[in-house]
Amino acid sequence: MTTQALLNIAYLIAAVTFMTGMKMLGSPKTARKGNLIAAVGMAIAIVATIFLHDKQVSGTVYGLIFAAIIIGTFIGWYIAVKVEMTKMPELVSFFNGMGGATAALIGLLEYVHNTGSAYKISMIVAGLLIGSVSFAGSMIAWAKLSGKMRKPVRLPSYNIINTILLLVALALAVYIAIERPASPVMLYVLFALALVYGVMFVLPIGGADMPVVISLLNSFTGLAAAFGGFLYNNMAMLTGGVLVGSAGTILTIAMTKAMNRSLSNVIFGGFGDTAVAGGGGDTTKGTVKSITPSDAGILLNYANNVIIVPGYGLAVAQAQHAIHELEELLESKGVHVKYAIHPVAGRMPGHMNVLLAEANVDYDKLVDMDDINPQFKNADVVLVVGANDVVNPAAKTNPGSPIYGMPVLNVEDAKNVIVLKRSMKPGYAGIDNELFYYPKTSMLFGDAKDSITKIINEVKNM
Amino acid sequence: MNAFFDFINQNIEMTYVVILMIFVGIELISHVPAVLHTPLMSGANAIHGVVIIGAILVMLHMDPQNYAGLAIGFVAVVLGTLNVVGGFVVTNRMLEMFKTRK
Repeated sequence: MTTQALLNIAYLIAAVTFMTGMKMLGSPKTARKGNLIAAVGMAIAIVATIFLHDKQVSGTVYGLIFAAIIIGTFIGWYIAVKVEMTKMPELVSFFNGMGGATAALIGLLEYVHNTGSAYKISMIVAGLLIGSVSFAGSMIAWAKLSGKMRKPVRLPSYNIINTILLLVALALAVYIAIERPASPVMLYVLFALALVYGVMFVLPIGGADMPVVISLLNSFTGLAAAFGGFLYNNMAMLTGGVLVGSAGTILTIAMTKAMNRSLSNVIFGGFGDTAVAGGGGDTTKGTVKSITPSDAGILLNYANNVIIVPGYGLAVAQAQHAIHELEELLESKGVHVKYAIHPVAGRMPGHMNVLLAEANVDYDKLVDMDDINPQFKNADVVLVVGANDVVNPAAKTNPGSPIYGMPVLNVEDAKNVIVLKRSMKPGYAGIDNELFYYPKTSMLFGDAKDSITKIINEVKNM
Repeated sequence: MNAFFDFINQNIEMTYVVILMIFVGIELISHVPAVLHTPLMSGANAIHGVVIIGAILVMLHMDPQNYAGLAIGFVAVVLGTLNVVGGFVVTNRMLEMFKTRK
């Protein structure tokens, strides 16, 4: 067989592993194996690309390629293993940005060699544009999620500015693709424009919408990779890229549905605008009742049914192990304990499941929102641990609220609600929560982990 | 318009692949429980790291005297590797926690 034929087969194997891997990632039982299969396929494709060709390549170039792969592997592995589970969402965003940057750099390098072909230049320009937006956007999303940049930044009439920026970038892209100037200067301008657009695109988006943006940028990078596939006539890049582009788009839509928002609303809406306008003043604030750990312990100890609602606060406080200990303790005393999992609890769909699974919480105890909502009325105590927006009744009762219409957990149906919270500060969406003022609600202020440990000690002594 | 149809005709097989892949992607994701959305996004994130192949190809074509080009290509391969390795390792770490305990 020729090297080209071998290479084709290697890419075929890679494409099949990507599809198999994605399929297996869709079920909890096979997910891990699916990830490994896709990784093996990727390794095959990379090794084949390096060795299976007829070109004369100098030792220096090979040395550089290997050095780059070794450095990238070392850093990537180190970051991926070292970062805490609570930081997963921003980490995904960071790695996504790296892929986008790779696509953009490929475009920058390939341009001057391909100005003879309209087809290739079109692919280069498209890959560069999308890759750059994905890179810049992902970096902003990463900075925002890791708390380096909390508040959404909005220039006045940012929608108009962004639309103009996008149109200018697109016009320039079309111009380059048609005229194919020999000098890459215009391409550099496009690169800069795309980076600015990526930043401006993500800057105004805030609140609970970040996961949606990351998922969207993820599918962007997939698209950029697919354009690379067209450029090189490379089936592995093409299949992998299109697969992620399309799957990522569907995933993005699924996420917006879980929050009862549309994609255009996420991008152009500017979460929290209405809160500033209408929410602040007219909420009738009652008094907040606080509770001691010992009273909370008594309530839990003598309950029949307890539902725990975990949120981002639990993740931040690393309280997943403590909450599992409390759950086991209560179960040993005959209390039925379940966890209510909101689809976007934490910062990403499934984030809470991952965290609780880390703490060995039984998979069957995690109940999805639609299944648990009818059960709240039978619950004696609901323990809300660091969750806020997902238990805000305003989503059902206050049409002026920015989260109005978002499906929430009906915790107020329970007999008692105990909220573990650091302070009265509003949640990620930046809006007040009237649940905290309800007569049946008691607040236990402090670090979630400390509070849970105190409750555990109280329950143990009963 | 003619250019467009020429393009489709010259790349008819790739066009089929793209369209089929779009459907495969949609099918694969449509029936996944929300629980797995994060690992799935992370896994997809690793798979688009396949863009590293482009970076390697750039390096293989590169004139060894073009130092600026080599430097940029080098960075591209490093970043692409970060995407691939980091993506798969993080996904694996997330999924490790779904191990069934009976």
